Amino acid sequence: MTLLNVEGLQVGYGKVEVLHGIGLTVGTGEIVALLGSNGAGKTTTLRTLSGLEPARGGKVMLDGQAITNLPAHKIAALGLAHVPERRRLFAPLTVEENLKLGGYLIRNQQAELKRRIDAMYVLFPRLLERRLQLAGTLSGGEQQMVAIARALILQPKLLVLDEPSMGLAPLVVRSIFAIIKRLRDQGMGILLVEQNARQTLKIADRAYVLENGGIMLEGDAATLAQDRRVQAAYLGGAAAA
Amino acid sequence: MSEFIQLVVAGLTTGSFYALVALGYTMVYGIVRLINFAHGDIFMVGAFIGWTVLTAVAASHMPWGIGLLLALILAMLLTGGIGVVIERFAYQPLLSAPPLSILITALGVSIALENGVLLIFGAGFNTYPHLIGSEGFMLGGAHITNIQVGIIVLSFLLMGGLYLFVHHTFIGTAMRALAVDRDAARLMGINVERVIQITFFLGSSLAAVAGVMEGLYYTEINFFMGFVVGLRAFTAAVLGGIGNIPGAMAGGLLIGLLEAFSAGYISSRWTDVIVFLVLIGTLVIKPTGLFGERVVERM
Repeated sequence: MTLLNVEGLQVGYGKVEVLHGIGLTVGTGEIVALLGSNGAGKTTTLRTLSGLEPARGGKVMLDGQAITNLPAHKIAALGLAHVPERRRLFAPLTVEENLKLGGYLIRNQQAELKRRIDAMYVLFPRLLERRLQLAGTLSGGEQQMVAIARALILQPKLLVLDEPSMGLAPLVVRSIFAIIKRLRDQGMGILLVEQNARQTLKIADRAYVLENGGIMLEGDAATLAQDRRVQAAYLGGAAAA
Repeated sequence: MSEFIQLVVAGLTTGSFYALVALGYTMVYGIVRLINFAHGDIFMVGAFIGWTVLTAVAASHMPWGIGLLLALILAMLLTGGIGVVIERFAYQPLLSAPPLSILITALGVSIALENGVLLIFGAGFNTYPHLIGSEGFMLGGAHITNIQVGIIVLSFLLMGGLYLFVHHTFIGTAMRALAVDRDAARLMGINVERVIQITFFLGSSLAAVAGVMEGLYYTEINFFMGFVVGLRAFTAAVLGGIGNIPGAMAGGLLIGLLEAFSAGYISSRWTDVIVFLVLIGTLVIKPTGLFGERVVERM
């Protein structure tokens, strides 16, 4: 079932247009990767989906409902969670306060919120040990866990992740990716932006390649991994490991 | 010794005004990075609303205690409302504009408030009704008035209440989150515009309390009274580390004490020189203020 449907999305900053009418879909229970080089427009795409940047044209449908240019807090309420680039935790707040803010919209259901936060401590046991520590003092991997946990509190339909592997050790990346797969298996739709194309194509079901503000290629992740153009650009010899 | 106690109490009293006003500067700065130059005038507006209510109370047969409570509550609500309206119409449209535009707008709001009050209440001094006399008690040879005690106690209660609000409620946590990262706060589903309005409401109503208390303490108010208090409260906020709530409280009390001691032991003509020298000294030695610190974000 299609969860997210983006058609002809145009976004720009000032006089510069960054996205020239892109289209993509994400279904329930699938991981869709958005690949592309630096400056291709991946982060802009995600920021527009979650309402942080205004769209100049096109439309975004989430679960059959138009969310184009809605304010970000309303989009969050409708079930789209965005884990932003560089995690963007509230560094001077504790881990627990960060998680509570993830549940800001259900702040009046205290028991339910507590139950959901406890569920996050089960998913990420490390965070339970760190719950009263300031988020800014955690290691990069732990911070990424907080960022993901914080986004999951509202039990979103669609989880959008912007470079969750950035700056993390390979072992940590593997455990983060394992959690993303688990969420997919529970039926969540996942849109994953990554620079690390090789590893991403391994866990993704489908993928889009974004170049210069347009979708250049799309298809099954397995097929794209074999595509010569993708191999040359993103899986090149130097990157092989 | 008696003079020392006298000066400490006087310093804490005026320091309470500065602290309450400084909180408004620091909360607004923390959240929208705006030095709200109109904040001193918000304090002045609060004093005039309180004056209006108390004058009506004095003319009626209402017990003064209830009248005072009514004056404080109305001043807080109305001034808070004015703060919200100012934010909505003057600042909100400029939140993503270059910082200079919003700064100049704040100056414009300041001029508008002063002239608005000037038009309504005139240029002279308005005298607060003498609801509370200058009775008091002796403490270590110093004469402490009841009103001084009342001002200090009420201010500490409000400051404590604000601290609890900011640290132990959802809206307060959202305020702190917003101060760190506005976009991330939006992604949490926080209605950022709403939280900013609440911040303006709180800051303005605290300033209103300070305005009413200043009226009761000095008995005379005037449309220009917000300028000096605003400047010193701003100094207090910077001294404590702008954006830092306990810093603004400590900074305000410190400026009040500094003022009292320099007036008592040196000369009141030197008060401003000393206050601003301390500010400059602090900024040279510790530019982030007494309580300010940078949190390093790890990649």
